[in-house]
Amino acid sequence: MIVAERKEINEIRKMIDRYSSILVVGCDSCVAECAAGGQRETVMLAAALRLSYRKDGRDPKITEACLDRQCVVEFIHGIASQVPEHDAVLSLGCGAGVQALARVYTDKPIIPALDTLFIGETEIRGVWQENCLACGRCKLGHFGAVCPVTRCSKKLMNGPCGGSKAGRCEVNPDILCGWDMIIRRLEALGELDRLSEYVPPVNWSSSHSGGPRRVVREDQKS
Amino acid sequence: MKSKSNLEKVLRAGHFAVTAECGPPKGSDVSVLERKGRSLLGCVDAVNVTDNQTAIVRMSSVAACSILKALGHEPVLQMVTRDRNRIALQSDLFGAYALGIRNVLCLTGDHQCFGNQKEAVGVFDLDSIQLVRTVKDMRDENKIIGGDHVDEAPRMFIGAAVNPFADPAEWRVVRLKKKVEAGADFVQTQCIFNLERFESYMKQAVDLGLTEKVSILAGITPFKSVGMARYMADNVAGMDIPDELIKRMSETPKERQADEGIKIAVETIQIVREMNGVAGIHLMAIEWEEKVPEILETAGLSERPAV
Repeated sequence: MIVAERKEINEIRKMIDRYSSILVVGCDSCVAECAAGGQRETVMLAAALRLSYRKDGRDPKITEACLDRQCVVEFIHGIASQVPEHDAVLSLGCGAGVQALARVYTDKPIIPALDTLFIGETEIRGVWQENCLACGRCKLGHFGAVCPVTRCSKKLMNGPCGGSKAGRCEVNPDILCGWDMIIRRLEALGELDRLSEYVPPVNWSSSHSGGPRRVVREDQKS
Repeated sequence: MKSKSNLEKVLRAGHFAVTAECGPPKGSDVSVLERKGRSLLGCVDAVNVTDNQTAIVRMSSVAACSILKALGHEPVLQMVTRDRNRIALQSDLFGAYALGIRNVLCLTGDHQCFGNQKEAVGVFDLDSIQLVRTVKDMRDENKIIGGDHVDEAPRMFIGAAVNPFADPAEWRVVRLKKKVEAGADFVQTQCIFNLERFESYMKQAVDLGLTEKVSILAGITPFKSVGMARYMADNVAGMDIPDELIKRMSETPKERQADEGIKIAVETIQIVREMNGVAGIHLMAIEWEEKVPEILETAGLSERPAV
C-alpha cells in the first residue's frame, strides 16, 4: 500500500488561506490503513482547521467528505455534487489521489494535505516500512524476498557495503541493513548459492528513470 | 601486464607496495594539493586520490590526479558510484585515461547523509562491483556497458576496497571473492586496528586462493590524537577500533599522542607485513599527509623500488 503522513496545519493553511470554502476529502484505502487520510483523519483535520481559523477570527466553510478510493475515476464521481459548491478541494489522498481529482475536476484547485512517502507494509500497528520502489522488474526471487533496491540505502546488487554493522545500516542505526536480511534469510532457506553469481547493472528503464509509466490493457477496457 | 600502470609493475615484480591517500582540497587551490603531493614524492609507489570522501564536496578526483601526475606521481583515481550514473562514470574513465591516469579504485562511496550535501540525490546506478566489471570489460574486451565497441579503451589497473571488519563477518571474504571475480587486480582494506580480525580475514583469503589472484594492500591510518581515535570509533562507518588502542592513546600525555599514534601505525605495518598474502600497505594519513615519509622511514619502507 501507499504510506503517507499528514502535513502540519501551518503548511496546509498557507496553501488554502486564500479560499473561503474548502471541501476536505479523505480516501478510505491505503492512507486510511496508515492512519493519515481515512474517514477518521478527515474528520480530525476538518476540526483542526476550523479551530485554527477560529483562533484567527476567520470562519471559512469547511465540509468533509470521504471517498473509498481517490485514485479510481468511478469513486471520484462520488463528490461531483459537492465540488462545485467549494472554492477548493483539500485532498487527504496520496499523490495519485490528488492528481486524479485534478484530472477529473479540471476547474478546481486540488490541494494536498498529505506527504506521500512510500509503498510499504504495516509491520505492526503504528509501524510502516518501505519495501518496494516499483522498479518495474521484480528481483525478489533472487534475493530471498528482501528487496536490495529498496531495503539497501545504496541499492547495492552484489552484497553489503562496508558500513553494515550488527545488522544495521551506516545511514542510521534505526535502519536494518537490507543485505544483512537478504543473507540471513537465504542462509535459513539453504539458498545462499543464489548470491554467488555476479549481478550485472540494473536495467532502470522500467523504473521511473524511463519516464512516467503507464499500463494499457485492451482486455480490460470496457 | 594487463595495464600500463606502474603500480601493477611494482606488485607484479613482487615488491611490497606502498600507496598513500591524498585528499583533494575543498576548493580550487592547487597549491594545497601540490604541497601535499610534494611531501609524498619519492616515498610511495602511487598516490590514491579520494573522490569526495565522506560525501563532502572537494576538487574532482580526475582533476587532482592530473595535477599530481604532473608533479611526478603515479595517481590512483578513486571513483564512487554515489554521484555519477554509468554515462558519467564511463565518460570520466575515458577522460582520466586520456590524461594519463592508469589506476582506478572502484567504490560505492559513503552515503550522502554523511557529508555537506545531505539533500542530494544518491545516484547508485551501479554498485562498486559492477564498476569493477565495467572497467575490466573496457580494458579486456574494448566494450562499454551495453556492448558498444570502443577503439581506444582505457587500460586501467583495477582496484577495489574491502572492509574485513564490517558485518555480516562471514560474508566479508565472499565479497572479496566477488570483487576478484568481477576483475579487481588489487584491493585496499579499511583501516586496520583490530589485528586479530584482520589476520583471520587474511587466512580465509589465502585459503580460498584469492591472494594469488589479487594484491591486498593493508589499510593503515595513524591517530593524531585520542580525540580522533574516539571520533573514528564512534562516527566513521565500518570502523573497528579495539578499546585497548583507545586506552593506550588516552593514557598518553596529550603532547605525545601524535607520536604514539604514529608508533601504533608503524607497529601495525610491521605486523601486517609478516602476514601471508599481504602485498603492500595503503596509508591513509587523513589531513596529515606530511607525516607519511616519517612513518615509512620508521617502518623501514622509505626506499621505493624502481621498476
